[in-house]
Amino acid sequence: MDRPIRVLVAKPGLDGHDRGAKVIARALRDAGMEVIYTGLRQTPEQIVAAAVQEDADVVALSVLSGAHNHLFPKVVNLLKDEGVDDCLVIGGGVIPEDDIQGLIEAGVEAIYTPGSSTKDIVGYIETHLKRK
Amino acid sequence: MFDDNKLNELSKNFDSWNKNKVEKAISRFPERKEEFTTGSGDKVKRLYTPLDTADIEYNEDLGFPGEYPYTRGVQPTMYRGRLWTMRQYAGFGNAEESNARYKYLLEQGQTGLSIAFDLPTQIGYDSDNPISEGEVGKVGVAIDSLKDMEILFDGIPLDKVSTSMTINAPASILLAMYIAVAEKQGVTADKLNGTIQNDILKEYIARGTYIYPPEPSMRLITNIFEYCSKEVPKWNTISISGYHIREAGSTAVQEVAFTLADGIAYVDAAIDAGLDVDEFAPRLSFFFNSHNDLLEEVAKFRAARRLWAKIMKDRFKAKDPKSMALKFHTQTAGSTLTAQQPDNNIVRVAIQTLAAVLGGTQSLHTNSRDEALALPTEDSVRIALRTQQIAAYESGISETIDPLAGSYYIESLTDRIEEEASKYIETIDNLGGAPKAIANGYIQKEIQNAAYQHQMAVENNEKVVVGVNKFVVEEEGKKDLLKVDPAVEASQREKLSKLRAERDNELVDNTLNTLKSKAATDANLMPYIIDAVMAYATLGEICDVLREVFGEYEQTVIL
Repeated sequence: MDRPIRVLVAKPGLDGHDRGAKVIARALRDAGMEVIYTGLRQTPEQIVAAAVQEDADVVALSVLSGAHNHLFPKVVNLLKDEGVDDCLVIGGGVIPEDDIQGLIEAGVEAIYTPGSSTKDIVGYIETHLKRK
Repeated sequence: MFDDNKLNELSKNFDSWNKNKVEKAISRFPERKEEFTTGSGDKVKRLYTPLDTADIEYNEDLGFPGEYPYTRGVQPTMYRGRLWTMRQYAGFGNAEESNARYKYLLEQGQTGLSIAFDLPTQIGYDSDNPISEGEVGKVGVAIDSLKDMEILFDGIPLDKVSTSMTINAPASILLAMYIAVAEKQGVTADKLNGTIQNDILKEYIARGTYIYPPEPSMRLITNIFEYCSKEVPKWNTISISGYHIREAGSTAVQEVAFTLADGIAYVDAAIDAGLDVDEFAPRLSFFFNSHNDLLEEVAKFRAARRLWAKIMKDRFKAKDPKSMALKFHTQTAGSTLTAQQPDNNIVRVAIQTLAAVLGGTQSLHTNSRDEALALPTEDSVRIALRTQQIAAYESGISETIDPLAGSYYIESLTDRIEEEASKYIETIDNLGGAPKAIANGYIQKEIQNAAYQHQMAVENNEKVVVGVNKFVVEEEGKKDLLKVDPAVEASQREKLSKLRAERDNELVDNTLNTLKSKAATDANLMPYIIDAVMAYATLGEICDVLREVFGEYEQTVIL
């Protein structure tokens, strides 16, 4: 790509914990990416609209309220409905091991839990972009 | 506190110790690090001596427990009289399940209840609102109407327990429900003991469960202050919270500074609303975090008490000593818990428990080992509660008051935290007070910077987190985590449609219309909220009526 990687960092649902989302947003920016942060309380519809409008290469979702099984797949499916099939969707939060496989099968390509390093996330994004 | 001649002699001895002993030792065995810092990044010296505490005047700066400036504690006998209240924050699923967990905790020797509400309840949406999808019953119990609240406290006599409710934007509604349940149990409001969090400013800063803009939100808060001072005199009407500020990544100093700055804003608002400071200030309470840096945390609690006492006395001219005494609840630090090797979290929580108790807390929640993974299981909650009980009954730390006082390090750190927090408060004053410093993002930015620095320090291995960046092992994912039954959402919806069919809807409409018209005046809204609650208007319906009058808060997104 001849422009910086564009990442939409989003907080779906009602969860107000945004420390992780903001730290990651800043780390991605420090790694040279263009980062848009949605702020709190976004519906999956709003997130997808923002991803389309901003032409995001990556959507990074953060949920710590336990609503990930509902919200993450919804974002993936709405993106598909919009005809976006080359956007990398990743997620993070307080996500039990048992839920991770299901989320990956639903199309969230990587899940990051507490203790993850921002360097790993940067590395993952750089090597797993769907748009080249 | 010390004789000048002796201090001079000490100073000389200190220099010669440095030259003769320390330099020699370091030349053979260098210290582990170039610079040592507290958990918050403040420089820590090799040794503290009376030279560091020479400026302290015992009578003015420390005083006695239960007396101004309350550095040593707010009660004259502290834990010798009564241990702190062991209060585990709990709630999940529906009211029936949570009621069973509360009864279990009370049977296990817990001495107060602490109610966790789910996000739709905290943000004023009914369980059947589309925006609530996926969130019902997840981080706390779902409460849609007085019906749920009746089930939640079924078999729990409200004149015998004290109940803390973590509820902010709709605090007036949940308090109204609590008063209504008590009435149905035959308990009058003047007998009720407990706390509502009711701290909207930190929701804008760090926690995110706001509904209305600042001005009407502050009005609801002062309405509660006024109503409770007359009708529910033993109720703690606000719990001004540094907990979430710290969880969002602040330092210890920022936690004290931003919390007390919020406190100043509430006192200002109540005085502006025409209340007398000593009428409401004795019912103000605080809520702090207890982190891993044991000694810095102890100093933090002591500094917060002293600084608040001075603020109440000097800035607000309070006369009643109770207005100056900072009472606080503590919770151990969720953000220090690791998903890796989760049993290690038991030890972290034990250290944080010591900090809270040595710091003189009035009540304590200890986190469970599995909270970086999911809501805690019953087994994990029991270990967390036992941690408090072991500290209380076996460790000996509760036998004398403020046992770390007089430590050169603790006293010097207490001074420094007070001083640095005062500087922040001055900056916030210059910005026009906490609400303005939040509106322009100053406070959020300061916290985010600290959070980012911490994360980078961990990633660069400058800070060790055991099991995360050092002493790592390969491990299997933890099983046996608590799962909230997804059927809760459907059953709450069913309950709601039944309620809406069975209640007197004309009465509901009437009470809601009255509330709406009163909201547009400057009347105290508490009595009208109680009427609506008693008519079984739902939480979402009541919040919606107020949304129509007050509008909704738009977040300032700061990155």
